[in-house]
Amino acid sequence: MNLRPDPTFHATPKMAMEAPAETLAFTLMLSPNGSQPDGLAVVDVDPTSDTYGQIVHQLIMPNKGDEFHHFGWNACSSALSPLTGHAFLERRYLIIPGIRSSRIYVIDVKEPLKAKIHKIIEPEEVFAKTGYSRPHTIHCGPEGIYVSTLGGGGEDGTDGPPGIFIMDCETFEILGRYEMDRGKQDKHYDFWWNLPRDYMVSSEWGLPPQFENGIVPEDLLSNKYGHSIHFWNLRERKNVQTIDFGENYQMALEIRPAHDPAKDYGFCGVVVDTTNLQGAIFTWWQKDDGTFEAKKTITIDPRPEKAENLPPLLQGFEAVPPLVTDIDLSLDDKYLYVACWGMGEMHQYDVSDPMNPKLTGKVELGGIARRANHPNGKPFVFGPQMVEISRDGKRVYWTNSLYSTWDNQFYPDDEGGQMVMAHVGENGGLTLAEDFYVEFPKGYRSHQIRLEGGDCSTDSFCYPSV
Amino acid sequence: MEPISSATALWGAVVVSGLYHGVNPGMGWPLAVSAALMERKPRALPRALGMLALGHLIAMVAILLPFSAMLILVEYQREIQIGAALLVIALGIYLLINRRHPRFLARVHPRKLVLWSFLAAMAHGAGLMLVPIYLGICKTVETDTGHAAADQLMQGNATIALAVAVAHTLAMTAAGGALAFGVYRWLGLEFLRRSWFNLDVVWALSLILVGSVALWTVH
Repeated sequence: MNLRPDPTFHATPKMAMEAPAETLAFTLMLSPNGSQPDGLAVVDVDPTSDTYGQIVHQLIMPNKGDEFHHFGWNACSSALSPLTGHAFLERRYLIIPGIRSSRIYVIDVKEPLKAKIHKIIEPEEVFAKTGYSRPHTIHCGPEGIYVSTLGGGGEDGTDGPPGIFIMDCETFEILGRYEMDRGKQDKHYDFWWNLPRDYMVSSEWGLPPQFENGIVPEDLLSNKYGHSIHFWNLRERKNVQTIDFGENYQMALEIRPAHDPAKDYGFCGVVVDTTNLQGAIFTWWQKDDGTFEAKKTITIDPRPEKAENLPPLLQGFEAVPPLVTDIDLSLDDKYLYVACWGMGEMHQYDVSDPMNPKLTGKVELGGIARRANHPNGKPFVFGPQMVEISRDGKRVYWTNSLYSTWDNQFYPDDEGGQMVMAHVGENGGLTLAEDFYVEFPKGYRSHQIRLEGGDCSTDSFCYPSV
Repeated sequence: MEPISSATALWGAVVVSGLYHGVNPGMGWPLAVSAALMERKPRALPRALGMLALGHLIAMVAILLPFSAMLILVEYQREIQIGAALLVIALGIYLLINRRHPRFLARVHPRKLVLWSFLAAMAHGAGLMLVPIYLGICKTVETDTGHAAADQLMQGNATIALAVAVAHTLAMTAAGGALAFGVYRWLGLEFLRRSWFNLDVVWALSLILVGSVALWTVH
């Protein structure tokens, strides 16, 4: 407990942008076949350092088969909320769930180069206290640490719907389920919120049998993955509205609200439109009467390709779908980055007008049947996937694994893990940095990135930028 | 002339405790800044302050009035004063040991500022801090009234309770309002982060101090 608020907590997104640049990144390493324990890599991202672009520390876990995916901080700028009146938490622990094992690690990174395990919550405890399984997204908020899950109870996670549970932000005790009234929500993926306006938005991937052993083509073609987003009264813990994008909009994944809480809109990425293989972004917004609406504002076309160049899964379509698997919004709410994991592209859209996004930058790297090399001449396996933006908005980092079994289906011949970075131009545009290319140790793929001191998908701000 | 000077000191304590509560971000002034910024209207600031003040006032009255009713038992006055002092000390010790923040405050809707302010004052023992001071004031007044009729005494004590609560809340609102307005107008939100000190220990010690002084002066 500090006497003053943690210096990495910021009242507004603008103040966070003006804070010192990141010098370290934390990136998850996963063993795709569970033959080795997963780990946390600490990457030097300080261009003035001798070890720039290198993994300077690795923390390997004591268990196998966790499958690391997303993770987050124990505390962020949301601690400056005027409602809690208690801003003295430290941004010190990374909460890392195993999406396959349901085990949760709490890692102390006060000294990043000596990162150590602080606590392990075993799967049995998660099951017993929440009835949920397969923990995923982490956000710190008004009542502690919120964790979304992808599975319900039982062996295959289909006994009851998945949901969100809350952990104490100091003791890391699991407190219990979040939902009082979940309405129509029966699948889960991501969630985020607008704290002063007191609403939360959640999204849907699919149930564990639909993803754990790989994508189920029959389920996809019969539109059985998630295609709705849910709006919640955050403090009443009640689903107040469900918006169905349409059943062809399969897998509504990342939720990115505007960082400035005075703005009442946000975005959601849809992996694939099964009618035409397009990727799509929806803009959702709150209306004056408090209800919500959503509209498709970006579409990305598939690329035609000969069947012989495609993995078996896609041969029948003779096309490479963009597969929008991750999106991220810069802290000034200006640029939305869209990872097209199938096509092997990272797009940058100017979303200053959230209803009319404009494509302002694009990088080609990896990709199905394209395999574009990095400008340094080295390969980039799979495609651009988990993306994270520096607080000042000038650097965009990304890695390449989606989910072990899905990587194997879409890229049956690829193996490995890389992390790269692109510079953002003064007036938009995206250029890969030749001198930043992190190769992960043999046998490991890489997933989500967190930047020291917070980034564009962790912190929730309680005051508008003025 | 001793009673007058001690009465002045006690009223001074009522005002000082108000200023102290007012500058503490935990009693809500950042909410007034946030309201004005979110609504993009400067007048949202005084409105939020008014709601916070009302909640605080209700909390003060809710704690003080029962004590004023108890004072009707004139022969137990000393015991009541000792009891109140011990209660305040006990809360201070409890807050020293249990440093966890009351989580339920985060469950109040951001617009329900009266309720939030009431609960925040209750949870932190803001009203209880005033009780020993209030009892002291009642005692200085009583020396004049002597053996007044019970109903008069009760009415007098209730009036004092209201006066203490109002004076305290006015001081609190003035201090919090000055800070909120200063931050909104000139200082900026950076001030919030730089000036926000962890007052938990100081607050708990204040309760113990007030209780101890009260115990010391009971005679």
